[in-house]
Amino acid sequence: MIAELGHFSLILALCMAVVLGLLPIIGASRSISGWVAVARPAAFGQLLFMAVSFGCLTYGFLTHDFSIAYVAKNSNTALPVLYLVSGVWGAHEGSLLLWALILSCWTGLVALFSRNIPDITLARVLGVMGLVSIGFILFLLLTSNPFERLFPAPLEGRDLNPLLQDPGLAIHPPMLYMGYVGFSVAFAFAIAALLEGRLDAAWARWSRPWTNIAWMFLTIGIALGSWWAYYELGWGGWWFWDPVENASFMPWLIGTALIHSLAATEKRGVFKTWTVLLAIFAFSLSLLGTFLVRSGVLTSVHAFASDPARGLFILVFLAVVVGGSLLLYAIRAPYVKSSATFELVSKESAILLNNVLLVVTASSILLGTLYPLVIDALGLGKISVGPPYFNAVFIPLMAPLAIAVGLGMLLRWKRDNINVIALRVRWIVLACVAVSLLIPLVMPFYSWGAVLGITLALWTVAITVMSFVDRMGPQGFSWQRLQTVPAGFYGMTVAHLGIAVFVIGITLTSVYSVEKDVRMAPDDKLDMSGYIFEFHGVKQTQGPNYVAEQAFVTVSYEGKQVAKLEPQKRVYQVQKMPMTEAAIDAGLFRDLFVAIGEPLGNQGAWSLRIYYKSFIRWIWLGALFMAAGGLIAACDRRYKITPVAPKGIKGDSTDRSPLQRTSEVPADA
Amino acid sequence: MLIGLMVIGAGLATGFALKSFNENLMYFFSTTDVVEGKAPKDTLFRLGGMVIKGSVERPNDGLMVRFKLTDFSKDVTVEYTGILPDLFREGQGIVAHGKLNAQGVFIAEEVLAKHDENYMPPEVKGSLKNQSAPVAGQ
Repeated sequence: MIAELGHFSLILALCMAVVLGLLPIIGASRSISGWVAVARPAAFGQLLFMAVSFGCLTYGFLTHDFSIAYVAKNSNTALPVLYLVSGVWGAHEGSLLLWALILSCWTGLVALFSRNIPDITLARVLGVMGLVSIGFILFLLLTSNPFERLFPAPLEGRDLNPLLQDPGLAIHPPMLYMGYVGFSVAFAFAIAALLEGRLDAAWARWSRPWTNIAWMFLTIGIALGSWWAYYELGWGGWWFWDPVENASFMPWLIGTALIHSLAATEKRGVFKTWTVLLAIFAFSLSLLGTFLVRSGVLTSVHAFASDPARGLFILVFLAVVVGGSLLLYAIRAPYVKSSATFELVSKESAILLNNVLLVVTASSILLGTLYPLVIDALGLGKISVGPPYFNAVFIPLMAPLAIAVGLGMLLRWKRDNINVIALRVRWIVLACVAVSLLIPLVMPFYSWGAVLGITLALWTVAITVMSFVDRMGPQGFSWQRLQTVPAGFYGMTVAHLGIAVFVIGITLTSVYSVEKDVRMAPDDKLDMSGYIFEFHGVKQTQGPNYVAEQAFVTVSYEGKQVAKLEPQKRVYQVQKMPMTEAAIDAGLFRDLFVAIGEPLGNQGAWSLRIYYKSFIRWIWLGALFMAAGGLIAACDRRYKITPVAPKGIKGDSTDRSPLQRTSEVPADA
Repeated sequence: MLIGLMVIGAGLATGFALKSFNENLMYFFSTTDVVEGKAPKDTLFRLGGMVIKGSVERPNDGLMVRFKLTDFSKDVTVEYTGILPDLFREGQGIVAHGKLNAQGVFIAEEVLAKHDENYMPPEVKGSLKNQSAPVAGQ
């Protein structure tokens, strides 16, 4: 009964989405005020029905209703409550339902928090989001209904994939989806602006906080995924250039470009059409990510669900969204001209450089991810593109990006003098290089890679601090002036410091980590970077829904015991699936990581994987800084106070709100 | 001027990307391909197949493990030193990255098994299908 209610509610949500996707957009172009006014209530209605639908599925999990096929496949009575809830999005159907719910949430939030956006614009924005929602709900209803019944109902469920039974991964998909779907807001604003033929500072200002928040969620989602892969997959790596990881990283890169390009569009009125294009691509890549993960075309550890019909649906949907929006772009963009000019040495140029680097990086990753699929589809053989390619492309592109981050903060809008800048930063540059040359001396060995990484990080920190001090004005530091610095500037500062932390993390982790697979008999010792790992044997233990072999390893440093590690090899009882559970002693400057492999011989010896990971926490710490920066920037007061716009547009297209209309749009556009 | 610089930069980047792309493509071969000498020597490639039941051995109880892969037509011996993935099992499809040595033994640098016991890597499935021999023992 509850399942049918959920299904029915989903159909009602579809009806709402159809209303939302059609009436307001038509109403906006024909000036039918009643239809425009439908947008807000329809958005709220859609959210309500999606929430009910999602609630019904969650209820099915909590009550172990195995007559629902999806619950039977992904749950079990022995499953802890946390995983009953996260099990809702543990597989294909439920995660799609979560996606659609989050889309409704974003739509509802836009409807709620955009009181100062003209009704006509808002109607178009919500309408576009409604159209996207139609696609997703149809996809659910036609190919992946989570409420399908199973008859006869089994007595016991088949359990959630043990890999997903982890707190980090329980919240990873919602975060990632908040990010993916959040780009639909920037996308909708861009499409609405194209429909309206009006790309001005106000449009960029409306998009910015939403884009920042979406980007923040995506950043957290990716960081969580990376952290999970590190401790759960038992390989001790933090990024594998796995196609599914790439699928989430590409929208992130484009989203990062979008944030910066939006800033330039808002402040200076440049790069307007480029910004629109980035918004379209950021969302398209989010859809592509879904397609890649959910269609089963990938050989990947993450591609949990696969079904060709679903892949086809998403592919067609993707073609409609990308094709449609690019068509609209081709029709409307030529009328939009950026009248503002800037010189070669200016903040605009630095932002352009940032954008070019980010887009080139995303394109290279796209090439490496899609090329094998295309070759395979054409029947030209099976190939794969390994991590060496991605590293070879990524690192040379990211190093100039780190330099550009500093330049972008130093340079002023419109025009600046390179000689003055050079004079200001020469000592800073020298100091950065000098310190970076010294730091590897205290490390186990000297590495030029480390010098480069540290230089880039120090440069970013130095310039970020310097531009912050500049911002405080010539009188120097005071608490009052600290409060006058806008939140947007604080956000940028924090995010850019995050880049420095992140760069330190990846550099030192990749240079100074030590990894060894070894055979150890009880009481064997292994010396790694001064840490003595001692193996004390393995014994059986019992968990709530698994049995495990648990090893005991103690680690001492300079004669003192620093950690007791108990890695496990679990076998989950329902699916009889073995799982390596690594034991990690985490620290700000180093992690000690031990995972066990298998017994070797019958003397109690095991194969062990022992890693010393230097500075690995800094990678995720940096990502958290960036996410925090995105959040702080989104809270900027400017986004709340917009020019007072009387909402008198109803029924009369000539009576538009007197928001500053810039001259670059034809008067009758 | 600015546009010119950007174009040059993008061109260079594309050039480098394509170069390293070409250098890092890894081709997939089936065990039959390897036995028939179609696979390259001294180049990394991916080998896929089914782990033959009873073929897994650990000489000297050490970290080195040796097993045979098959596509139900020809077999290839694989050697790997290290810890195998959780779902590596006899009778299951796997993919390994590595090189052939002079004796025709595949020295794997990495062994991949999917986290699903019924899973068969698509390449392995394809190469098994291509063999006319019936899938014995399945």
